[in-house]
Amino acid sequence: MSIQGWTYLLVGLTFSVYIGIAIWSRVQSTSGFYVAGRGVHPLANGMATAADWMSAASFISMAGLISFMGYTGAIYLMGWTGGYVLLALLLAPYLRKYGRYTIPEFVGDRYYSQTARVIAVFCAIFVSFTYVAGQMRGVGVVFSRFLEVDVNVGVLIGVGMVFFYAVVGGMRGITYTQVAQFCVLIVAYLIPAVAISWKMTGWAVPQIGFGSTLIEGQYAGMALLETLDAIHRDLGLPEYTGAWVNGKKSMVDVLAITMALMVGTAGLPHVLIRFYTVPNSRAARWSAMWALIFIGLLYTTAPAVSAFARVNMIETLNEQAYSNAPPWFKSWEETGLIVFTDRNGDGVIQYRGNPDSNELSVDRDIMVLANPEIAKLPAWVVALVAAGGLAAALSTAAGLLLVISASVSHDLLKSVWWKTMPQNVELRMARISAAFAVIVAGVLGIYPPGFVAQVVAFAFGLAAASFFPILLLGIFDKRTTKEGAVAGYAPGDWIHRSLYHLVSFCGSHSYRRSVVVRNQPRRYWIYWYGAELHSCHHR
Amino acid sequence: MAALLSLWFVVSYLLGIVFVEPLNQFSLGGFPLGFWFAQQGSIFFFIILTFVYAFGMDRIDRRHGVNEGPASIPPTSTSETTE
Repeated sequence: MSIQGWTYLLVGLTFSVYIGIAIWSRVQSTSGFYVAGRGVHPLANGMATAADWMSAASFISMAGLISFMGYTGAIYLMGWTGGYVLLALLLAPYLRKYGRYTIPEFVGDRYYSQTARVIAVFCAIFVSFTYVAGQMRGVGVVFSRFLEVDVNVGVLIGVGMVFFYAVVGGMRGITYTQVAQFCVLIVAYLIPAVAISWKMTGWAVPQIGFGSTLIEGQYAGMALLETLDAIHRDLGLPEYTGAWVNGKKSMVDVLAITMALMVGTAGLPHVLIRFYTVPNSRAARWSAMWALIFIGLLYTTAPAVSAFARVNMIETLNEQAYSNAPPWFKSWEETGLIVFTDRNGDGVIQYRGNPDSNELSVDRDIMVLANPEIAKLPAWVVALVAAGGLAAALSTAAGLLLVISASVSHDLLKSVWWKTMPQNVELRMARISAAFAVIVAGVLGIYPPGFVAQVVAFAFGLAAASFFPILLLGIFDKRTTKEGAVAGYAPGDWIHRSLYHLVSFCGSHSYRRSVVVRNQPRRYWIYWYGAELHSCHHR
Repeated sequence: MAALLSLWFVVSYLLGIVFVEPLNQFSLGGFPLGFWFAQQGSIFFFIILTFVYAFGMDRIDRRHGVNEGPASIPPTSTSETTE
């Protein structure tokens, strides 16, 4: 069966499972809609949190980025996992103990202020909308690449899916579909990783294969990482495992970005509300641990995938005749994501560190999608990766949409305008705002606003610099007042971001990419995958 | 908890970033040690830290008799929001 046939089969199968779960877990109460009745097992909540957090960017873009960054890729690995230690120790159990439905509700109560609550609502909605637009676009792109439908049709299919299970099932529906989506995405990530590790090093565990000796290809008998360093030296690139070598970020940059990502992770509202769905704060502690285990499974595999892909790519392409290039090279070349410029006219691909003699440019974001093809794995594995990418994007989108819906119906409509709103009306309002949010997300996915880079950067910065300090101080410092909290929101964000901006690397990378995006509309989608990654580059 | 947060800081910021080059002189299996901490080890340590925290808090809760009961049993709907 062809790649396309397998993709239809696997995507159809996984989507029916998601719909089945949504129907089985539909809700009739506001408690069910907002916090899944607080009856979620910590293990299940761990899986749901992992799927909630790991979006199209983690699944598709991260390994590729690390592959091109070498050691410095650790900023994503440590930044996006280390935040969970802060979450588990400092926030999750205490927020759960307080026992409300939403984060703005906690803020409003703790700081005895409607103003603080309303500001928190707008922050949550803003963060979630910018984030969700990228996810919907990601869904559209996976569809268009693997099923050859229009990107916009893909976005519409994604909207339909999320509409169904978010509106019908609320948090309960989302939780159990996220559990299923986690299983799909982790299997889709691990199978190619294990297969490649087995093939290249003889170890089935990628985390071990990562530090082992290669058993095939022209570098057989050499340790993987030593080989990579040697290849990079030969090509005039900075060594893969080298830390503070020329051409890589400085220590101050790495420290600042890692810290920013950790704090940002701990402050994202859609991750925080997941800890409201468990029975008590003890369960919140254990489920944070489970979440980190499940996230760690992908995050410790990713750098191994990066290293394998790097060796594979250079070995398959460098010094090869262009006319003999493998089929996947041609098909990605058509998308414009691989570009070969024959500078010296010898018809041979030369990959070099020096921009004047380098003839090959490969977009970072295609590494995970192209990896199974590069390693010559069967068609069903390629299709599985597509289904995994969809699971990652859909699960994150659904979690974000619930934040928006709960913020509108519970924090704005109920607390500000209609305090005595009966439960059944509130539930209907929650469903209507969820439906509305899904549609807006779809529209944003189809007509992406041009200024998205700045907006997404702002959204992540807002999560890092507003929610985290406000929640942390609210929990541990009795003296923090409402005036302090309200005043801390806006300037806090700007001070934080300009500080990070000063010490980090001024967004030169993302600037270059946004220029590329503007000039080449067909590459636009890749931009969306990287939306979250970009936001970090901006700080 | 302070000890756990210090360890969090040590494995990621110190071993994975600040002292990465001196640590790369040593190797762990086929990994330069500092590189391993940055891309693998720190994540394993994060998981251990959250485990030790959850386990330790359970013991403290038990010692002071405030065990909230099994983590997996949902509360009855009446106890909702009143805890």
